[in-house]
Amino acid sequence: MATSNKNLQKNNFIRLAFQIFWAAITNGYMKGFSSAHIYGGKLKNICVPGLNCYSCLGAFFACPIGSLQSLISNRAFKASCYVIGFISLFGTIFGRAVCGFLCPFGLVQDLIYKIPFFKKRKNLPLHNVIRFLRYVVLVLFVIVLPITALDEFGFGFTWFCKYICPSGTLFAGIPLLAGNEMLRSSAGVIFSWKMCVLLAVLFFSLWSWRPFCKYVCPLGVIYGAFNKFAIYRFELDNSKCTKCGECQRVCKADIKVWETPNSSECVRCGECVASCPTGALKKNIARRVATP
Amino acid sequence: MFIEKIAKKSAMKKYYVTVAAIFIAAALIAFGVKNDGNMEVFNKARMICLECIGIG
Repeated sequence: MATSNKNLQKNNFIRLAFQIFWAAITNGYMKGFSSAHIYGGKLKNICVPGLNCYSCLGAFFACPIGSLQSLISNRAFKASCYVIGFISLFGTIFGRAVCGFLCPFGLVQDLIYKIPFFKKRKNLPLHNVIRFLRYVVLVLFVIVLPITALDEFGFGFTWFCKYICPSGTLFAGIPLLAGNEMLRSSAGVIFSWKMCVLLAVLFFSLWSWRPFCKYVCPLGVIYGAFNKFAIYRFELDNSKCTKCGECQRVCKADIKVWETPNSSECVRCGECVASCPTGALKKNIARRVATP
Repeated sequence: MFIEKIAKKSAMKKYYVTVAAIFIAAALIAFGVKNDGNMEVFNKARMICLECIGIG
């Protein structure tokens, strides 16, 4: 048990260090923070794997969900293959490990969850109903509305960014408005709405682990679909597993890991692997043959 | 023996799906670049996204 706790602490420390490192290098445009302007160089051709607003003052890269909505709302369907290709590539290599390691908004929720304020619970009330919300968000706000709801010039909007994305509000909206008087005077009802969404997500993050990822994030839905055949995956050695349930007990997403080690809900935090008392669970990479 | 055989087959199947998915993703990126997808992303991402910050 002591070894499991030590493994768990080591695992969590490494993951947190990697999350901070990744968030820092992808949002390291220091000049942006001092001048309240965003980076406009060539790196913005490239999408990052996680939900990282391209209007963040420090962002070097583009957000895949923002870019996808922007292209399809401009009827640039062929060009949108570029973003779909990026998402597919990240998904095939990492699966939802992107959410666990490479998403700055995931990091924010992880940090808030560490605050000892509420009695923590794994899922929010009505979990079995509201967990389908993210599918609705993906289909409606990222695909259908940007294509179908057009302005008088025939262009759509980035609906998810405009009305939902709390990552954009936190990393881009608040810093930009704080540093730019003109933008501040233009902020109105929509910004107030987005602040409410952000505050709600942060509040629920105190209570339950990563509520935005579990119930709202469209990118998590897409990467979740890749989890089963992604290169980075978990493997269970059935001959060692005693079905003691320790993996589910430590899993913050409440996954029955011994039944579905590559569940679409799993963000690959690795706590189940670190705490498995028999070493039946392993982090692995895809191979042509089954591992013994 | 039988279970091992099934496990081996299933692992191989997943492996080929993974390899195929990587090729498809690479092809999509190439097709997107050919259709100026990278420039479209660049043009959007280099400007402040007023919609993202709740102003546009």
